[in-house]
Amino acid sequence: MIVRLLTILAVLMLGTQAIAQAPLRLELSEGVIEPLPFAVPIFQAEVAGSEQMAADISRLVAEDLIGTGLFRQIPASAFISQHASFTQAVAFADWRAINAQALVTGAVAVNGAQIIVKFRVYDVFTGTELGEGLQFVGTTDSWRRMAHKVADAVYSRITGEAGYFDSRVVYVSETGPKDNRAKRLAIMDFDGANVQFLTDSSAIVLAPRFSPTGDRVLYTSYESGFPRINVLDVANVGRQQLTTQPGEMAFSPRFARDGRQVIYSLANGGNTDIWRTDLTTGQHSRLTSAPSIETAPSFSPDGTQIVFESDRSGNQQIYIMPASGGEPRRISFGEGRYGSPVWSPRGDLIAFTKQNAGRFHIGVMRTDGSEERLLTASFLDEGPTWSPNGRVIMFSRETQGVDGASSIYSVDITGRNLRRLATNGGASDPSWGPLQP
Amino acid sequence: MNTFIKAALLIAGISISACTNADRFDNTDTVDLTGGAGVTTGALGDASDPRSPQYFNQTVGDRVLFVVDSSSLTAAGMATLDGQAQWLMTNSDYLAVIEGHADEQGTREYNLALGARRSNAVREYLISKGIPSSRIRTLSYGKERPIAVCSQESCYEQNRRAVTIISIAQTS
Repeated sequence: MIVRLLTILAVLMLGTQAIAQAPLRLELSEGVIEPLPFAVPIFQAEVAGSEQMAADISRLVAEDLIGTGLFRQIPASAFISQHASFTQAVAFADWRAINAQALVTGAVAVNGAQIIVKFRVYDVFTGTELGEGLQFVGTTDSWRRMAHKVADAVYSRITGEAGYFDSRVVYVSETGPKDNRAKRLAIMDFDGANVQFLTDSSAIVLAPRFSPTGDRVLYTSYESGFPRINVLDVANVGRQQLTTQPGEMAFSPRFARDGRQVIYSLANGGNTDIWRTDLTTGQHSRLTSAPSIETAPSFSPDGTQIVFESDRSGNQQIYIMPASGGEPRRISFGEGRYGSPVWSPRGDLIAFTKQNAGRFHIGVMRTDGSEERLLTASFLDEGPTWSPNGRVIMFSRETQGVDGASSIYSVDITGRNLRRLATNGGASDPSWGPLQP
Repeated sequence: MNTFIKAALLIAGISISACTNADRFDNTDTVDLTGGAGVTTGALGDASDPRSPQYFNQTVGDRVLFVVDSSSLTAAGMATLDGQAQWLMTNSDYLAVIEGHADEQGTREYNLALGARRSNAVREYLISKGIPSSRIRTLSYGKERPIAVCSQESCYEQNRRAVTIISIAQTS
């Protein structure tokens, strides 16, 4: 079942691109505090019977934008004109009057199993269109993806940065009490919709990690009775196992940007070190050899360095070493313990889990260890993963006590907009995949 | 400009049975243990019979405990392991799998590594008492299998453990 979305650029408004005097731009690097007001009137139904789909898609576009914490939706009850027609000229004065800075208009046509979604984004105060009209063609069961793509385009045109709505998250679905918890691998859309299970609950599965293109997932499984690393092909759920020797335990895997190299931890004789395997040649190499615990490795986006945690100093701290191994340098020096570092896709920050004074935090620091900022605090937060654009972090939060349960949360790297993801039952160990093409 | 996209729904409709064949890609292990790691099958026997697994679990003691973030054996732990070593010497047809565990106060990866240290500390001790290394395997569950679920030290101290699971060696 292959769904095709056909993107047609620039067919809707050829040759009319205006040079705006001061185009609408939300500068994320400056730390947005006041959400930008926008309006999304319900998309026009171009074909009779498309009304429900048009309403659903426009609602989801607005939800995506609101969910970032960067935008504020102006309710339809405040609208002067409903702007029902997609083709007529926009009455900017009506939208200026209610202080809508951005306006998204659209049209939806449902023809059998096919839907066509068109949209435009306007800078209301300069009265100009941001970018050009765009059209997506897909099947009705991919309608959420089409709405996410519209929202990604709106986000991108207003912020100048790529969005993250049309992306998926692989995670561990959890059921049952704390002392008898069942875990299954699952994939969902970034907003928790469209859950698909990838394994059953017969064996413990831990910490899945998407490949850079989202086609494969690395994870730790106890199906052999011992922790080992599997590579799962998402399309056909086929699996292969990384070779380990008897007596070894393998865990905490992660892909390199090339999707071919895998780094992970191998415990042998009580000592945990970092190894690297080439999935194509099967060649293994050992990258650390200290008697301390070295684990949770993550490549830099350019593939030249690896950030990891080690307790060689006496407790868990974060280190960076060359991708081929070699002398690591410590970058975390604050109070407490630092673990599960993950390099941001932009390359500028390391996200980590910090444990200090009985509390857990998700934080970020620069790659030289400076400018450490803690974004969250709770009984147990851990396992950060980056949005494809490096602006948002998802992580696991486990509540305290006998009834303790796991949920996935997201937080902006500014520390704002902490949100719990709506999942059906317990969820942990998220890994955020790439923006889908 | 046309872009063709494989959508998110490719995995829809694939039944879960497609991925339950646990042994399909499994590697062969040189030591095979009945029931797999952490699972013993067969009769436990009478706890009053010194040769019974029940006697091992209850009277000898199948587990040792650790202090926070440590894999050092305590004096009480070593006394328990002396008993385990003696039992394994007498019952030489038994194999042992040692499971290392951690409490929930730690990250998932670190606790897996810590559990590996703990199970190995027990393994090394048993070897030092004369048990052949070929009869012992280790694994770590990290914080995945707590036996006590309150988020207090009274529970944590029970979860920071290494448990010796014994089973009869398969003759093949």
